Amino acid sequence: MRVLVGVKRVVDYAVKVRVAADKKAVDLANVKMSMNPFCEIAVEEAVRLKEAKKATEIIAVSIGPKAAAETIRTALAMGCDRGIHLTTDARTDQELGPNSVAKLLAKVVEEESPDAIILGKQSIDGDFGCTGAMLAEHLKIPQCTFAATIDFDAKTVERETDTGTEVVSFPSLPAVFTADLRLNEPRYATLPNIMKAKKKKIDTKAADSLGVELNEGNTVLEVFEPPPREAGIFVDDVDGLVDKLKNEAGVL
Amino acid sequence: MPYDVLIVGAGPAGLAAAIRLKQLAIENEKDISICVLEKGAEVGSHILSGNVFEPRALDELFPDWRSMDDRPPVDTSVKEDKFLALTETGSVEIPNFLLPSQLHNDGNYIISLNQLVRWMGTKAEELEIEVFAGFAASEVLYDEEGAVKGIATRDVGIGKDGVPKATFERGMELRARQTLFAEGARGSCSEEVMEKFNLRDGVQPQTYGIGVKEVWEIPEENCNPGFVQHTLGWPLQHGPLDQTFGGSFLYHMAPNTILIGFVIGLDYENPYINPYREFQRWKHHPEISKHLEGGECVSYGARVLNEGGFHAIPKLTFPGGALIGCSAGFLNSVKIKGSHTAIKSGMVAAEALYPKLVEKEEFICCESYEISEDEKPQEVVEYQTAMEESWVYDELKEVRNCHAAFHWGFLPGLAYSGLAAHILKGKEPWTLENPTPDSAKTKPADQYSEIVYPKPDGVFSFDLLTNLARSGTAHNDDQPAHLRIKYSLKSLVDSNESLKTYAGPEQRFCPAGVYEYHEDSASGDKKLVINAQNCVHCKCCSIKMPHEYIKWTVPEGAGGPNYAMM
Repeated sequence: MRVLVGVKRVVDYAVKVRVAADKKAVDLANVKMSMNPFCEIAVEEAVRLKEAKKATEIIAVSIGPKAAAETIRTALAMGCDRGIHLTTDARTDQELGPNSVAKLLAKVVEEESPDAIILGKQSIDGDFGCTGAMLAEHLKIPQCTFAATIDFDAKTVERETDTGTEVVSFPSLPAVFTADLRLNEPRYATLPNIMKAKKKKIDTKAADSLGVELNEGNTVLEVFEPPPREAGIFVDDVDGLVDKLKNEAGVL
Repeated sequence: MPYDVLIVGAGPAGLAAAIRLKQLAIENEKDISICVLEKGAEVGSHILSGNVFEPRALDELFPDWRSMDDRPPVDTSVKEDKFLALTETGSVEIPNFLLPSQLHNDGNYIISLNQLVRWMGTKAEELEIEVFAGFAASEVLYDEEGAVKGIATRDVGIGKDGVPKATFERGMELRARQTLFAEGARGSCSEEVMEKFNLRDGVQPQTYGIGVKEVWEIPEENCNPGFVQHTLGWPLQHGPLDQTFGGSFLYHMAPNTILIGFVIGLDYENPYINPYREFQRWKHHPEISKHLEGGECVSYGARVLNEGGFHAIPKLTFPGGALIGCSAGFLNSVKIKGSHTAIKSGMVAAEALYPKLVEKEEFICCESYEISEDEKPQEVVEYQTAMEESWVYDELKEVRNCHAAFHWGFLPGLAYSGLAAHILKGKEPWTLENPTPDSAKTKPADQYSEIVYPKPDGVFSFDLLTNLARSGTAHNDDQPAHLRIKYSLKSLVDSNESLKTYAGPEQRFCPAGVYEYHEDSASGDKKLVINAQNCVHCKCCSIKMPHEYIKWTVPEGAGGPNYAMM
């Protein structure tokens, strides 16, 4: 089985982001970037399949600027065999949206014919959570999103819902799976593996050379920070609380 | 995986050494393999410094840096140099001509050392030096004769309870013919190596200062690029004979940045001093707050600096390697500059090591991919000699007694520094003794009363945890605490000795709020809590903790602060 894994270079989860001065985007200057945490989980799942001898080849694909190659290198260090880098200077946190990404990935799928495509359920910058589903639709193949466990033998996936999990079955491969938090705990990229990953191959192409219309149809008008949280106040008694809830907060 | 040279720490000294070695390899057409290890997530993540930069060493490393297409971020020339003695509400300007020449900054630049180091990192990668960030050197490796043969990186995937998890990965051994330790001040491997090889025999103990820094973005029209200001006096020194060493810095960097910070000598005696809160309250002084009007604090961090100067420099070499940069301790505490000497020391080490490494071609790892059994680990003493003959030692010798003079009080100290700078130039026949380590300087709390600091206003001053979020500090929290209580001192900690005698100064000197005493709900006793995941890797606790009961060890690689503009 050949597996294709999507990895996205995003702002590191621990960074306190700020809005750029022009209020059109988040300020990314000098900000630490890392692999999207859900993509790490996707990579881990694929690597485990290879270790269980259920997959023969894992390809890591990323769409992003020149530095996204480092993200692919991390995926290679975790155990992927080779990488594909579609370069673009468009902002991948807002200009290049899920539909464009899905269309680009669909082109890669046509070329590489993987049996399974594993993506993260969402990226922590755009937070759309749509790419996996859109990709499946473009390819007209099954989709199992928010996967907590994937069983390739039984062809079932346990998916996360707001009230617990449900088990769904997929009829056939190829199919798209998106990784949720509980799917696995990603491994560390060790130093020996990072050294070995330097020798693995990454194919680089320009994203706009694939013949895909990269226009989202959306424009970001403004990016702003949420209003600062106001301090709480002490009330003297229950009546005071009810009064505030009724007359000030307007929730009663 | 063996290398010709392994460098621990991708800071100014480490990268300068790596770059210089490769320059020599290219010049002489004999390549050697170099590996640089960095515990921060990226090159630069752990770099913090004022910084008014003397370009002397950069001129030597990259003579054409000013005309490079991708020139280093060294742009803001110093235009104005102010020195103020502050009182609670006012200030007195000390005219420039009274100040020692070391404090004159013509020809120097206001920079972000962080950005410069990142630039050096890209240069190193261009030269095909292998730089691995996110890996911490936790163990020094020795051969049968006790020579250093490399380091091992830290095991990862161990849970908070000390039990290996499913993600456990053993660290990797990196062997090298020469290992350079460039970990910065109070480096964990460096301290071990200094003890093992008795490198500190006959020299004074190293003394330190804690530097706490913020970066502010202000409206561009208010920025005066090239403005340098240092202050003494309020709030730290209350009178001319006050022995607490320290002061502030405030620099304007193009186009709209203010670099602002406070340094306090860790030889302070009053256990109630809170360096972070001294810094916060100082910002409210009208001479200071006027610079911050309309601005936003975007970054915060802290790091210790060496203050021992010339007399605290250890022996630099040992079989199998050497110490470079602040790990050895070349900071000029009168100039308040150490980046230029760190870079120079890296270059001098490279120039001493290279010929030794390529002397016998059959030993070069780059070709053979192995370290020959026939080669005994060398001790490149030529590095020590070359340093002693370099301008680094010249300038450190001139100010060798200055820091100790501050033990008479800050005005006498200042006067002595002036005398030393203009007349004595280090040639005085006496050496002011400084035999006491910082931790032993703290006096019992019953001799002092608690200092009441003002509450932060959220505009100019901030509470610690709000500021800490601006350092980008993150550690994988399911790992054992890296701040270890020394086993021999465990009973001291169990009995709360630090709290009883010194009122728990660790609650105050740690700039990241790591150490707290919580009341146990059952017994009502106070218990030490170590919030290791807050740690900004400043090393203050390993220095100032009463009885030095904390051993600073490396956490999992890639943890710690993530400084960008520092």
